Amino acid sequence: MASDSNSSESQRIAQQRLRIIAGHLQKHKDDDSGTIATECKAEANKGTVPRKRQEIMKWNGWGYSDSKFLFNKKGQAEFTGKRYRLSGMVLPSLQDWFENTFGASVNHKSPATPALNASAVPPASLNEAFVEDLKATGIPFSHEAEDRVFRAHGHCLHEIFALREGKKFERVPDMVVWPNCHNDVVKIVELACKHNVCLIPYGGGTSVTSALECPPEETRCIVSLDTSQMNRILWIDEKNLVAHVEAGIIGQDLERLLNESGYCTGHEPDSMEFSSLGGWVATRASGMKKNVYGNIEDLVIHLKVVTPRGVIEKSCQGPRMSTGPDIHHFILGSEGTLGVVTEVTMKIRPIPEYQKYGSVVFPNFEAGVACLREVAKQRCAPASIRLMDNEQFQFGKSSFKTLPFHLCKGIYIFKGFDPHQLVVATLLFEGDRERVLQHEKQVYDIAATFGGLAAGEDNGQRGYILTFVIAYLRDLGMDYYVVAESFETSVPWDRVLDLCRNVKERINRECKERGVQFQPLTSCRVTQTYDAGACVYFYFAFNYRGLADPVHTYERVEHAAREEILANGGSLSHHHGVGKLRKEWMKESISSLGVGMLQSVKDYVDPDNIFGNRNLL
Amino acid sequence: RELSSESNIYIYCLNILVFVTLQQRDPMLKRDCFEDILEERRNSSDLKYALRCYAPVLYKGVTPCKANMLKNIVLQSDQLHYVINQVSQESGEAPDIIQEEASVILEEMAHRLQISTVRCFAFALSKAFKTLFQHVCVNEEGIQRLQQAIQEHPVVLLPSHRSYMDFLLMSYILYTYDLALPVIAAGMDFMGMKFVGEMLRMSGAFFIRRSFGGDKLYWAVFSEYVKTMLRNGFAPIEFFLEGTRSRTCKSLTPKLGLLNIVIEPFFKGEVFDVNLVPVSISYERILEESLYARELLGVPKPKESTSGLLKARRILSEDYGSIHVYFGQPVSVRSLAQGKVNRSTYNLFPRHIPRKPMEETQSFVNDTAYRIVRLQEDNMVLKPWVLMASLLLQNLEGLELSVLTEQTVWLRGLALSYAAFLDWPDQAPTAKVVSSSLALHRGLACVSGDRVSLVVGEPLGPVTPEEALFNRAVSVLSCASYRNQVLHVFLRPAMLAVAMLHLSDEVYNCFSFLWDMFSNDFILCPGDTVQDFEEACYLLVKTGAVQMPQQDIVMTDIGQPTLSFFNGLLEPFLQGYQVVCRYLCEEASEGLTEKQYIPAVRSFAVKLILAGNLRCYEVLSSDMQKNALAALLRMDAVRKVKVADQVTLIVNKMAVNSIDDILGKNRMISHINQTPISPSLSLVAVAEDLYRDGLTPSYIR
Repeated sequence: MASDSNSSESQRIAQQRLRIIAGHLQKHKDDDSGTIATECKAEANKGTVPRKRQEIMKWNGWGYSDSKFLFNKKGQAEFTGKRYRLSGMVLPSLQDWFENTFGASVNHKSPATPALNASAVPPASLNEAFVEDLKATGIPFSHEAEDRVFRAHGHCLHEIFALREGKKFERVPDMVVWPNCHNDVVKIVELACKHNVCLIPYGGGTSVTSALECPPEETRCIVSLDTSQMNRILWIDEKNLVAHVEAGIIGQDLERLLNESGYCTGHEPDSMEFSSLGGWVATRASGMKKNVYGNIEDLVIHLKVVTPRGVIEKSCQGPRMSTGPDIHHFILGSEGTLGVVTEVTMKIRPIPEYQKYGSVVFPNFEAGVACLREVAKQRCAPASIRLMDNEQFQFGKSSFKTLPFHLCKGIYIFKGFDPHQLVVATLLFEGDRERVLQHEKQVYDIAATFGGLAAGEDNGQRGYILTFVIAYLRDLGMDYYVVAESFETSVPWDRVLDLCRNVKERINRECKERGVQFQPLTSCRVTQTYDAGACVYFYFAFNYRGLADPVHTYERVEHAAREEILANGGSLSHHHGVGKLRKEWMKESISSLGVGMLQSVKDYVDPDNIFGNRNLL
Repeated sequence: RELSSESNIYIYCLNILVFVTLQQRDPMLKRDCFEDILEERRNSSDLKYALRCYAPVLYKGVTPCKANMLKNIVLQSDQLHYVINQVSQESGEAPDIIQEEASVILEEMAHRLQISTVRCFAFALSKAFKTLFQHVCVNEEGIQRLQQAIQEHPVVLLPSHRSYMDFLLMSYILYTYDLALPVIAAGMDFMGMKFVGEMLRMSGAFFIRRSFGGDKLYWAVFSEYVKTMLRNGFAPIEFFLEGTRSRTCKSLTPKLGLLNIVIEPFFKGEVFDVNLVPVSISYERILEESLYARELLGVPKPKESTSGLLKARRILSEDYGSIHVYFGQPVSVRSLAQGKVNRSTYNLFPRHIPRKPMEETQSFVNDTAYRIVRLQEDNMVLKPWVLMASLLLQNLEGLELSVLTEQTVWLRGLALSYAAFLDWPDQAPTAKVVSSSLALHRGLACVSGDRVSLVVGEPLGPVTPEEALFNRAVSVLSCASYRNQVLHVFLRPAMLAVAMLHLSDEVYNCFSFLWDMFSNDFILCPGDTVQDFEEACYLLVKTGAVQMPQQDIVMTDIGQPTLSFFNGLLEPFLQGYQVVCRYLCEEASEGLTEKQYIPAVRSFAVKLILAGNLRCYEVLSSDMQKNALAALLRMDAVRKVKVADQVTLIVNKMAVNSIDDILGKNRMISHINQTPISPSLSLVAVAEDLYRDGLTPSYIR
């Protein structure tokens, strides 16, 4: 029967998709989840994230506690754990790269404080009446120091650095609540309004904009509203290809659960292992495969948001409406200042039949950018196309040089390319097989006109494997006096090259002027293409030995780099958001009238500033 | 009297500021030492030198680009295509034809720098320099800074311009130090010299028309050509901010066109930074000395021609002393623009479409231009003769040699305490210094008996009074061109001295009036009136010429010689401007055209001098006449009206009269056809009148 064969076909696809995900993302085991007892729900919680996040995740670094880079006794880099394809592997040449790039040494360690000193955490100042009322609802909460500190930060350099150094936080949430469903959130927000308590929504905790930092001047009780337990897919509508999902679900769970039904969202931000659907909405997230699936604003069909004034939602799920300015756009990018996103209806797609990686080597960055521009012009961008500059190429080369799996010598045989100039674009094609192959040819043909040479599937795939482990690398650097951070922007095509060059130069110059004793690493890549421009992602790292206050130095340099971005026609942010880190440029970015418009929405929706994280405005 | 009380408060505050100013000025005093590059030339083979290995460092990461490739980049640029299409649409001509035109323009403009020509020049110039000059001195630290700068960012060389020699000299020096040879913006008139023009082209000159106001295509080709060289780091770009050679040895008001072009790529983010390098070229004796004086007196400038240059061979037999070339600290446009220009205003407009610079940018570029010229001035090397010329001009009837020597020593001390860059021979006795200066400039001054006076070219046979006057004027103007070299050192305190001797009550207002009046004659950065006033006060206090008790400025007992010297220094300018005012009030007919203005003022002045009513010859200088007119136009005392093809000057006699009156206090010229001047018209009233609206100094507001 047709329907039977369809479902077996979709199961087959689901299996394949699972393998792919398991392959390049992590070795996920079902028994990792399910460890949390659900209190008020009949069905078992399938989420990865337990209420006590610190049980599986680092309290002072990126990702899972069991996964980290370290230099072993032989001085060789190693990635621990079992979750990733790199797990358990030795990367012998990483040390050379690390020492040569930063002037660092594996003998000069800057170890982190081993455990959180609970006594250094400011005591919880609780609103007793609120706590009493909350108890009556049965919604779980905690005011243990570890829980509170975990939710007092995102992953900005200064936040992680402070944790590692055991520095005291000026202000942390006074308590954490874990709602299980939309109605729980409604109750919490009502109580917060009633008792004038400050609420800070917390999703995946992967913010890099100081968005989760508690305003030090906040005197009310601060309650961190952790959405991690609201992580179910409530229904899937195959006729309209949409799914209705609780907003606390994290990317990997969403993808895994949809895959079980033969679907995917295709939304894959680099943080998807940990970041949540609600967080994506609140920051206007972008996924690496947006060329096929769209960014979060293209994926959202319907939102349910609990605000101090009540619940915002639309009355239907029409795919497009002309009903005045789209109210979704007040929520998309609101960064937790208006309310909590509880449920999202979003587009889903059948898992693609075929997936193929690819890579192209260009003689220099200019040629690479020209090629990406042409690809965007012809509107034939693959699901993902990223151009890494030479610095990243050097890094990729070193980290993979002697890896046991599929060593492709390809890159070294491009005679005539200056190894200190050449750059690599990595590609990911998705769709039915025939079309993928056709598409692939089209892109390689364009690349050839810019001097690009195909460099194999493996090189492409490696680039994407690195995506998920690169965040772990920063922790390794910090063990050896190296601080690092990334930031991003979007910029019109004609200014991409000038912006990249000037920002790198500005960073180098600022570092020199601020007494950084070693040449910093500045690197960029073009990660997204649009009709009218591109998203550029910068990495910046330096050896801070000899600096009294490396974090301050780092922040000044990043500040200067952002000014340079704005002066060169780049935007304040493409997808990270504004948080508190970039608030000062909001007026300049969207005009004071624009700020006023946003402010008036805030004033209407949340007159008592219950959602008092003070992001954005 | 609101004004007066506020200026008193201001002066009070000044006492505090003096210390700050002192600190600010001090770093400027650190100057590099010089090396004589001719010394080595005198001891080794010029041929070997011309043929030696030449491998300059280039702008980082740049691959050397041939002159022809450069042309292609320009012709294919989006910027040029945009304008070509625009011109094509406006004129109805096909774009191909316009493109062809553009290519012809570029052909006419572009340089063809080649090293063989440079080597020829290196050889020939070595020979010429050794005969003409005693020393060619260069600050090597400046060269090192330049070398560093060239590698980091695109460099723009901005030399002062007082002689034809300037750009040959610059290229010669850069070749000597193995630095990248500059490409030089030169006026089209050089192309007239057939052979020489091509030689210059092959040594890096590119030629631009003197005026191309409305020609969009020309402008597009020109600006894109310059920007392409800058962006690609092809070579340092060299041009003269002053636009033309200064005939008076005073720096000229900077022209902004080219500076705008070289700064724009920074604002548009096309380059990270641009380094502007001021270069001060000081000649002990200028080759064109008397040529300039004649030109100023109305003998038209000879059209540049090869034969003219050959005639110049005559000069080869003379001694022209030394040249000092000082490469200043590179000025980063990025640092200068910090906080002044918001670059993101360039974000909303396609960068290849030509656009008039925004107001903010324009005033930044203007400001930058003035600052660079002041930096040039600061590093100009002054010879003892410059001081002597200043004294001789105040004593046209001559001076006892001993008095001249004594006063020169006094002036030397004053100049040094005002941070003048004086090249006074160490250890040599003063008398020796004075006599050798007189020897070098024997064409200008002579010693007969004990008396030193200006030389007046002895005419053969009888001459008319006009001819005699003309001869005398040539030597006065030549001499003035030396005095002018020191003016930038003394200008601010001198204006203050004049203001004090005029009316000690309203010193600031008077200073500010003079400041405004003279801002075409001297380099006074727009908006710097207050700062300049502070500097003037600081310097006069520092040398003990004035005191500033509480709320006043008063001359000290020992200040008299200083103040009266300063007064005498500016006297010719005050008189000159006054003569112009007189002429406009008393003689000028209705419908005086701009063209008639200069000859008319000149003959008016000649009449005054011959009648014994005026002793100032400098007013015969067309430069002063033009500057005076520009000042009057700026102050709205004269207006230009275009009637048919003629530009007519409309004189507001009332206003001109008042200006004349301010200048006229204590002036020596006696009135002819004396018109009664209302005694009630006090300086303050006039100043208040003049400073209405926009002219009000900012601190008074």
